[in-house]
Amino acid sequence: MKFIRLAALAFATFLTAASADAFEIERVTSPGGIEAWLIRDRTAPVLAIQAAFPGGSAQDPSGKDGLANLMVALLDEGAGPLDAQAFKTKIEDNSVEFSAEADRDYLTVGLRALNTRRDAAVELLSLALAEPRFEPQAIERVRGQVLVQIQRDAENPRSIAWRTLWTTLFPGHVYSRRAQGTAETVPVLARDDLVAFHRAGLVRDGMKIGVVGDITADELKPLLDRAFGKLPMKGALNSIPEAKTASPGTTTVIRRPIPQSVVTFGHVGLKRDDPDFYAAFVVNYILGGGGLGSRLMEEVREKRGLAYGVSSSLSTLARAGVIVGSVGTENAQTATSLDLIRKEWRRMREEGPTETELKNAKTYLTGSFPLQLSSTGRIARTLVNMQVENLGIDYLDKRNSYIEKVTIEDARRVARRLLDPDRLTVVVVGDPAGLPVN
Amino acid sequence: MIRDFSRRPIFRLAASAALLCGLAAPALAGVFNPETFTLPNGMQVVVIENHRAPVVAHMVWYKIGAADELQGKSGIAHFLEHLMFKGTPSVPPGEFSKIVARNGGQDNAFTSYDYTGYYQNVARDRLELVMKLESDRMANLTLTDAEVDPERKVILEERRQTVDNSPGARLREQMRAAQYMNSPYGRALIGWEQEMRGLTTADAIAWHRKYYAPNNAVLVVGGDITMKELRPLAEKYYGAVPARAVPQRQRAQEPAQQAARRVTLESAQVRQPSWQRTYLAPSYMRGAIEHAYALQVLSEILGGGATGRLYRALVADKELAVGASSYYDAMGVDLSTFGVSASPRIGVEIATVEAEVNKVLAELVEKGVTADEVARAKSRMQDAAMLARDSFSGPARLFGEALSMGRTVEDVEQWPERIGQVTPEQVNEAARYVLREHQSVTGILLPKPTS
Repeated sequence: MKFIRLAALAFATFLTAASADAFEIERVTSPGGIEAWLIRDRTAPVLAIQAAFPGGSAQDPSGKDGLANLMVALLDEGAGPLDAQAFKTKIEDNSVEFSAEADRDYLTVGLRALNTRRDAAVELLSLALAEPRFEPQAIERVRGQVLVQIQRDAENPRSIAWRTLWTTLFPGHVYSRRAQGTAETVPVLARDDLVAFHRAGLVRDGMKIGVVGDITADELKPLLDRAFGKLPMKGALNSIPEAKTASPGTTTVIRRPIPQSVVTFGHVGLKRDDPDFYAAFVVNYILGGGGLGSRLMEEVREKRGLAYGVSSSLSTLARAGVIVGSVGTENAQTATSLDLIRKEWRRMREEGPTETELKNAKTYLTGSFPLQLSSTGRIARTLVNMQVENLGIDYLDKRNSYIEKVTIEDARRVARRLLDPDRLTVVVVGDPAGLPVN
Repeated sequence: MIRDFSRRPIFRLAASAALLCGLAAPALAGVFNPETFTLPNGMQVVVIENHRAPVVAHMVWYKIGAADELQGKSGIAHFLEHLMFKGTPSVPPGEFSKIVARNGGQDNAFTSYDYTGYYQNVARDRLELVMKLESDRMANLTLTDAEVDPERKVILEERRQTVDNSPGARLREQMRAAQYMNSPYGRALIGWEQEMRGLTTADAIAWHRKYYAPNNAVLVVGGDITMKELRPLAEKYYGAVPARAVPQRQRAQEPAQQAARRVTLESAQVRQPSWQRTYLAPSYMRGAIEHAYALQVLSEILGGGATGRLYRALVADKELAVGASSYYDAMGVDLSTFGVSASPRIGVEIATVEAEVNKVLAELVEKGVTADEVARAKSRMQDAAMLARDSFSGPARLFGEALSMGRTVEDVEQWPERIGQVTPEQVNEAARYVLREHQSVTGILLPKPTS
């Protein structure tokens, strides 16, 4: 493969969607008062439903890291009258793709199913959301799976590099904690904790729903009530304080006997609702977000062959925004790669992009938007993100104009605001040579 | 993003490929309804329509891969894939992807043992542009040491990142080498490091000249396009590239395996042991091919999700493992493998897990599968095919893969019907044929004991 976009492997939570004239969004409200955004799509005999609930792993109580993650993992491990095996059997026999995840700020639940399996799929979704059983045996089984995953990540260089960067950027904040929990916290999570978290988090208040498929608004309305109507109206979420992002500009080396150093880097960025977001998005594309054409790729990979991939991305959370990136370089060349990255960081800060770079970035970012709306599931997630980020129901039509509006002056100003090589905070996992450590 | 160069992703692709090509039993009209024709120069063209958005996936697949490399030149198939981005007389080095991006498109490429593929996802009004670019580098690729030398370092970094830094990937590479003593499937897909270092510009040019001909390639376009629109463009751009004599595939074949093999890798990077086993197995194209469809059903019964036999026994009932699954890919020019794997719970010995897997497999071979299991597995597989119609690029990938192996459009379209015809007795025969310990390789990943 020519390259992997490493940024996609990080924790991008913002949306890079944009315009596609083909899609008309309908706001649908059920008799029970549940609202969903619907795109009717007849391309395939498939229905996708996606929902987000405020309150993700950032809600984990202190010392109970991993609670949100364990809770959502148990939603399809037995619900209502069905024990785990019975539930899974129904899911599989109806070919329902069920997903449930805990992000930092949101819980997301979704399904994709054939039209012919629609009723069964909605029934299963309703049970999973409103009546999960949290049976002791299922809890122990899934807890065991999470603990093994934690063990696997323990010595995985990429995992070490990312979680160390994350803790460095968010000292003392819930964002510094690990969403999957730790070997210390996961064993103490009790059934009562799971039940309480479920009751507090999976509620109709703040819920956002996106639906895509060959279904009319009138057909969807009763399904919404069946799928989501049993949820309580209100829950109880803790307010999460704004994160004070630290960007100390340090280089942390974690020695491991591996041939390639895995490097992560980053510093404070900006949030999704920042007026400069689109300018920053364009600047990051030119710096390190744009695959082989980006400045970082050009200098580190194309000219010198120092890495297979190098990239940067904006990561926007509810209470913080950061710009982060990663590179993997042979130990002997790690210092050289980092010098080049810092140099490009500084050059972009001081000079901004060129007119040509800005023009090229705009044609890519606007032209490639419809490529992201490639399946019902992806479109449904986009509809949910639009609601979560408060982008407006006309966002698909307007998004490209937001990018077009970024001027060279905006880009230069925001590059200077966003990028600071002296604050770039670096974590190296490997056995790098000649790296000054501070 | 496609990641075809290492062992694991190929399994994942295999699983999804198997899942992708099916159709619900009641409507046997066809799943993807592709259209196809062949240019006078021998290049086959396929269209799969999907008009959700005004975008297309444009793919060119060459019937050449890592298993066609000469002994001692491992990695050249994948290296050339990288070098295809290094320019022609009309497109300067490194510009290919930039031109695609400037036109709002995304591009990438991938290498496997049997094929090498290139794709661009673009707005439909940019299709002609990427056809012009892709046909240009088929005919006119130009390579110099100035471009090749840094790119050799890139593929070495790619190897470090995807294999050498990962104990799991290193073990899979060793298992593969143990499984295939004579077949070139035993070599590292990305290449062995010392041979990658020795790959030259001349090697790359020779590889391109020898194999990158229209008569050795397939064009597949999926998305908002019809054959009527595509045909004149295909004639104009790919039709203009002359056919050349391409040597037939000649590969060493794997002899019958006589004894079970075991590979153990210990690493300080491993905290959690894992267990896996592959059995030498037929593919659609090689060996006892009559078992190819039944083996897919068998894999679904053994390892399909949380109701498969392995998960039920090891994870749900006995609580020895946190995961257990199976995988099988029929898509291969030469002999394939049937795999099973299990991850023990913390504190459970690998030997205990292995004994339980052996028990599940032995029981299946002795007592056979039930009619109900077979019916449920087939229904899920056929549903998965319908679900695959959702994507504009996934079906293009399926056809490209099949055709670059020498399979036909009908083979893909009829997959659901053929799966539907598999009987419990055929599944049992296939299980008895493949699940024999003497034709297996068992791989164990262990933490390095600390002193």
